[in-house]
Amino acid sequence: MERSAHATFWSRKLEGFGRGWYKFSRNPLSIIGLIAVLLVSFLATFAPFVAPYPKHAGVFVNFAEASQPPSLRHLFGTDVVGRDILSRIFFGFRFSLMLGVVVLTLVVPPGVILGLTAGYFKGTWIDTVIMRITDIFVAVPPLILALAICSVLSPNIFHAMIAVSLMWWPWYTRLVYGLSSSLRNEFFVQAAEVTGASRLHILFKEILPNCLSPIFTKMSLDMGWVILIGASLSFVGLGVQPPKPGLGTMVADGRIYMPDQWWITVFPAFAIMLVVLGFNLLGDGLRDLFAVEEV
Amino acid sequence: MRLGVFLSKRLLHSIFVLLGLSILIFIIARVMPGDPARLALGPRAPEWAVQRVRESMYLDKPLYAQYYYWLKDALHGDFGESLVTRRDVATDIKEFLPATMELVLFSGVIMAVFGILLGAISARYSNTWIDNVVRIGSYAGVVTPSFVFAVLFLLIFGYVLHILPSIGRISSGVARPPVITGLITIDGLFTGHFAAVLDALKHLIMPGVALALGGMSQEARITRSSMSDNLRKDYIAAERAQGIPERVINLKYLLKPSLIPTVSILGLDFAALLANAFLVELIFNWPGMSRYGINGMLRKDLNAIIAVIMVMGLVFIVVNILVDLIVAFLDPRIRLGAERSK
Repeated sequence: MERSAHATFWSRKLEGFGRGWYKFSRNPLSIIGLIAVLLVSFLATFAPFVAPYPKHAGVFVNFAEASQPPSLRHLFGTDVVGRDILSRIFFGFRFSLMLGVVVLTLVVPPGVILGLTAGYFKGTWIDTVIMRITDIFVAVPPLILALAICSVLSPNIFHAMIAVSLMWWPWYTRLVYGLSSSLRNEFFVQAAEVTGASRLHILFKEILPNCLSPIFTKMSLDMGWVILIGASLSFVGLGVQPPKPGLGTMVADGRIYMPDQWWITVFPAFAIMLVVLGFNLLGDGLRDLFAVEEV
Repeated sequence: MRLGVFLSKRLLHSIFVLLGLSILIFIIARVMPGDPARLALGPRAPEWAVQRVRESMYLDKPLYAQYYYWLKDALHGDFGESLVTRRDVATDIKEFLPATMELVLFSGVIMAVFGILLGAISARYSNTWIDNVVRIGSYAGVVTPSFVFAVLFLLIFGYVLHILPSIGRISSGVARPPVITGLITIDGLFTGHFAAVLDALKHLIMPGVALALGGMSQEARITRSSMSDNLRKDYIAAERAQGIPERVINLKYLLKPSLIPTVSILGLDFAALLANAFLVELIFNWPGMSRYGINGMLRKDLNAIIAVIMVMGLVFIVVNILVDLIVAFLDPRIRLGAERSK
């Protein structure tokens, strides 16, 4: 008896997944996004094994092969000290993804909890305090404040992560605030209140599960934007530090060798576009799948 | 009357936000490791000189007192001395802000005009090749960072084709018009220096377009989707049935309500313009406030950093109030809603 109930549970889950996948895969753009994200993740994770010249990721000098245009030996050419651009891009993906993952991990839990609380207690002083603080943080574009924070700390990828995280949580608070303040008037929340459920239970078991689709959709889209901001910080010199291969750092470094050695700049630039495009297409696919309108 | 209430509410809120922002950025600037005074003068400066800078920046006082003195000075338009240029930060900003405003406004106009135009064309010819080109193009525009556009433009139009000037605001041989607003194009038009206007426009094209493309694509996408949503509504069918010419329907009944989401997001897109100006000015060696800010950041010039961010915050807030006013004008529901809630 129990086993069959168990079996139906899983077969239902599987069916739901199958239906979701069907809906998701109807849009070729979503599939392209998924493939791009998987490809970039694969290349980043296994960079030491798939990169043609893994040693070129760090300090490495080979003037014999410096400044070579793209060829079969170096598909994307080499930079001014002879490092393979393609290999460096693979390692650059690592920093980009790491930045995205770390920032979202740091940002989503506090942002969501504050949004849930402020939305549930809408109209009280809790709402006022939390939401007015988010007003201050969103008063200046995140890139500018992130630049400022990075600049007062010593520039490196770790501080870049902290800076972007400090700037990013209010967006989750605002998103969840909107959802939570309308959900609190739903009957199931009122029913839970009447039966004496604790506030923690209401916030995390009743309201939060209904906010998850928009949150996940936003996370997928934000991966792209956070990576873009990270690349911008690196471009200015406040993110990934040379000789480490940040995508933004590589674009910036190659700038002075244009136009003769265009490949040093152009290929890392395309790499940034690929990552951001992938996460955006994936996020749009998820948005359609979950029928999310808020993000 | 409602407008007055709305405006005064927004102004109060803006003052609150600016105060909060100043506290935030002040704390960020002061928690940094190291001694700002020592940093300013370098490791070889004598101790008495460092001490004097410390006192002039109130660094010997507790944090809240430092903030109080800073705020008092800032309200008088005194943001302290820049450690890099050795001049008053306020003077620096007065000099560099017009260049940034000229760039950002030029870019903003391109963004709004072409974004809406492309979106409308795309919706009008939906599911034709024109629509597909616009949609794919706008996707590419959204995901490409403006510094990448800037670098690619510089490569193609500046270095390879040599058709556009690649750095600065105006060529060295061209006489600058007398300063009225500080915006070369506007001043030139007022005073009849048309050669300067033309030259300044040539300099504006590459950075302006590189800056605008992202927001423009966003605007195009939103205009398209909101127009095609409205196109399916009953009122459009009713108007067609009444025999109202298609051109009138498109312009008067379709475009105006469809612009509400587009304009609402203009504020955010403008924020992106301000932020990306930091990178684009650096690339094109544009003598604006963002380049000044970035150089300040790279050299830990705290007074300059704080002031630049406060000015950015102020500009952003003013733009957002303007955007709210435009949305209220476009959307009678918001105006009427405000009336009803009286």
